[in-house]
Amino acid sequence: MIVQVFRRELLLAWRRPGDTLLPLAFFVIVGSLFPLGVGAEPALLHAIGPGVVWIAAVLATLLGLPRLFAADQHSGALEQLLLSPTPLALLVGAKITAQWLTCGLPLALAAPVLALAFGLNFADLAVLLAGLLLGTPLLYLLGAISAALTLGLRGGGALLGLLVLPLYVPVLIFGAGAVQAAAQGFGAGANLSLLAAMLVLATVFAPWAAAAALRISLD
Amino acid sequence: MLELRDLAAVRSNTVLFRRLNLLLHAGEALRVAGPNGAGKTTLLRIICGLTEPVRGAVLWDGTPIGTLGDQYHDALSFVGHQEGHFGDLTAAENLRLGGPPVRAAAVTAALDQVGLGALAGQPARLLSQGQRRRLGLGRLLLRGAPLWVLDEPLTGLDRQGVALTAHLLAEHLAAGGLAVLTTHQDLPGLGGVLRELDLGTPA
Repeated sequence: MIVQVFRRELLLAWRRPGDTLLPLAFFVIVGSLFPLGVGAEPALLHAIGPGVVWIAAVLATLLGLPRLFAADQHSGALEQLLLSPTPLALLVGAKITAQWLTCGLPLALAAPVLALAFGLNFADLAVLLAGLLLGTPLLYLLGAISAALTLGLRGGGALLGLLVLPLYVPVLIFGAGAVQAAAQGFGAGANLSLLAAMLVLATVFAPWAAAAALRISLD
Repeated sequence: MLELRDLAAVRSNTVLFRRLNLLLHAGEALRVAGPNGAGKTTLLRIICGLTEPVRGAVLWDGTPIGTLGDQYHDALSFVGHQEGHFGDLTAAENLRLGGPPVRAAAVTAALDQVGLGALAGQPARLLSQGQRRRLGLGRLLLRGAPLWVLDEPLTGLDRQGVALTAHLLAEHLAAGGLAVLTTHQDLPGLGGVLRELDLGTPA
């Protein structure tokens, strides 16, 4: 049933392109506001570029998170997911993977274009992209736990932001830090390795935590 | 065999029911009756394992469902107030991707059986309430689970739909299945195998 859930999510994303395009447009617009706001000083833009791209990616991710389980809860599909013979954590994992493929991956791939506006060179872009490819799935894995916990609460969207943003801090630090470290000649290896380690940990544990949170939310 | 043992449920500090004991054998259906707010849906959710009872346990073939876990889900099909269809998927896609893997021919057969054969390519959001109910029935048939738990399965159905539900239910029970359902309407043709549980007035 993992395959069914995965295909279902991809098909739904295909039929509702707005769910993919909206966070992507938000990401590009938030990122583009910074050069307009802080002025066109190349050294300054180059210094803040990686951080801005990462913050824009975090905010764009946050935009789609409340929808991750809420739509299924309204339609009753979430109960069916809970009552399926396949372990819930695996199905939640399939859902998160599909969500990342349709929303997170486009962000990561659009990031180099956005980063050009900040005058990052090719080597920096490669590190930024590598960091985002490791980091955005992490954002969705951590976000799924918070989305499951705040499901069905009044004002859940705002609470979701409060809950999840602190969890995003380490991802932000190592993600944006990777580009800065590379630019200063230290190499991005350490930062990227830490991101990869966090991703492995979250891949193993986050779906179980989100599944447990869903069971509590639907009780 | 489904057993409710000393079951009690509470909602916002009022006791919905307590000391509920019941044994449902293969081939039997249980109709849960009672006024609005008596705890019918709560009881159904407890039987599914979606809600924890404050006391007591639900047993499937003698084992508590908490211990069985996903093994119990294999034996259970639930259709709630909300059927759980995806509005942007067609009726056929909903059946094909809505549960464990099934063959395309089985999907077509199930759709024909519930009278939705002509609407297979229709997005579920364009279906009427009665048609969505029928699609829910189609999922039940496709799963072939021994225990059906149905929350108000007749709401929004026309007379033929009610007859169809009763007929499918009778076939399911005759094949040794079990069912627990709530409804305020009559189910024709289920006389002997339909048992009643009246939850009475909310305490």
